[in-house]
Amino acid sequence: MLTDAFSEAVSLIASGNEDLFEILLLSVEVSLTALSISVLLALPLGTLLAISHFAGKRVVITCLNALMAMPPVVIGLLVYLMLSRSGPLGVLGLLYTPTAMVIAQVLLITPIIASLAHQTMEDLHVEYAELFQSLRVSTFRTIPVYLWDARYSLVTAVLAGFGRAVSEVGAVIIVGGNIDHLTRVMTTAIALETAKGELALALALGIILVGMALLVNAAVMSVRALGQRRAYV
Amino acid sequence: MFNPQPLASNLNEPILSVSGLYLNLGGQTLLSGLNLNCYEAGVTLVMGANGAGKSLLLRSLHGLLPVEGDIRFAGRALPETLPDQAMVFQKPTLLRRTVRQNMEFAASVDGSEAQIDTLLEEVHLKEKADQPARRLSGGEQQRLALARALLTRPKILLLDEPTASLDPGSVMIIERLILEASSAGVKVIFVSHDIGQAKRLAADVVFLHQGAITEHSTAQHFFSKPSSREAQAYLAGELLI
Repeated sequence: MLTDAFSEAVSLIASGNEDLFEILLLSVEVSLTALSISVLLALPLGTLLAISHFAGKRVVITCLNALMAMPPVVIGLLVYLMLSRSGPLGVLGLLYTPTAMVIAQVLLITPIIASLAHQTMEDLHVEYAELFQSLRVSTFRTIPVYLWDARYSLVTAVLAGFGRAVSEVGAVIIVGGNIDHLTRVMTTAIALETAKGELALALALGIILVGMALLVNAAVMSVRALGQRRAYV
Repeated sequence: MFNPQPLASNLNEPILSVSGLYLNLGGQTLLSGLNLNCYEAGVTLVMGANGAGKSLLLRSLHGLLPVEGDIRFAGRALPETLPDQAMVFQKPTLLRRTVRQNMEFAASVDGSEAQIDTLLEEVHLKEKADQPARRLSGGEQQRLALARALLTRPKILLLDEPTASLDPGSVMIIERLILEASSAGVKVIFVSHDIGQAKRLAADVVFLHQGAITEHSTAQHFFSKPSSREAQAYLAGELLI
């Protein structure tokens, strides 16, 4: 049975099955949109936390690190409560739409990227702080310098965020509803198809997910190797 | 190449004046009530045994440490003079960029892009302008750090052992640039352990021992007749604890 399902899964991928690629496309679209928003929020946040001094900084960092371990279903539940008809943002009618899934993924991966960026930037700040002080560069002006000079390390954080977003199931199933042709993504489709005993599509999506995970990891390693070769890491 | 504006000092006013300078960190007094009036232009050498407080004094003069007391350059209090200062650290900090990009960054902050090529040529790094700065040797990195400091056209140049552990070629290039800057009117304050170098460069010497200045005299006087017991011991190669 497993062999049959596997060969059917391979033929689904090879034949360019329309349903499969619709799900794949939506997954990538939702995750990349969430990633783009998270990068814009998380990288400056992680940098600012590393280079600035303010009261309560330790509390913010502790909260950020704690949010990394937040169960995705809890995030899904919180977004559901916000977006449901009786919730504060219910009027927007976003529940069970790809936008709701993007919101959930942003909340999920922003702390991860920000926390990893913070650790990278803290190390760089130890190195650069006196130089910037000596050259009298304002904190605001140093942010793009930190971001650029740490770019090879930050790519790792960004790709880790993408990997987390694209493989997430708990939150997106709550706020997306796994609606066919609307909010069905790879992870939720795998869960549904497995429950139905339709293993071929589930396996095909699983193969693609594993392939994506391998690609992301290969990309991380290549970028780091490139940075080291150029002595920029 | 060097075209600094004068520090606007009159003859009766010290170029560098430090009074009641204290540095307390972690419950320890690291600099204890330093007083110093430096009238001489040229290179002031700061000497002393390891842990005497030389680097701390230099960092204090550059506004990097939370000191108590008064620091003035040509009568102007410290925060006001910071735009006129540049510092080269013992361990050069270079951006994770190419040699040229490191210079361009300094120029974008406070300098002149037009001088980049000239200065890179002066420190013999023009050929390596497009190489990653962190791939340079120790001596090359220090020369780049000095070129970057000079690019900001400082009137006061603070150097924290910039030639420690460097090869003679790099030392010669750095010393030549320091003397050129000094001749052009830049006030140079230089920390060094190298007595030969001190004799070659210094107009006056400040000697520190355990966070206090025990002697400040002209270089000629310091090396021929040091007046403090600590300076005599230091020059005699004795261990100062």
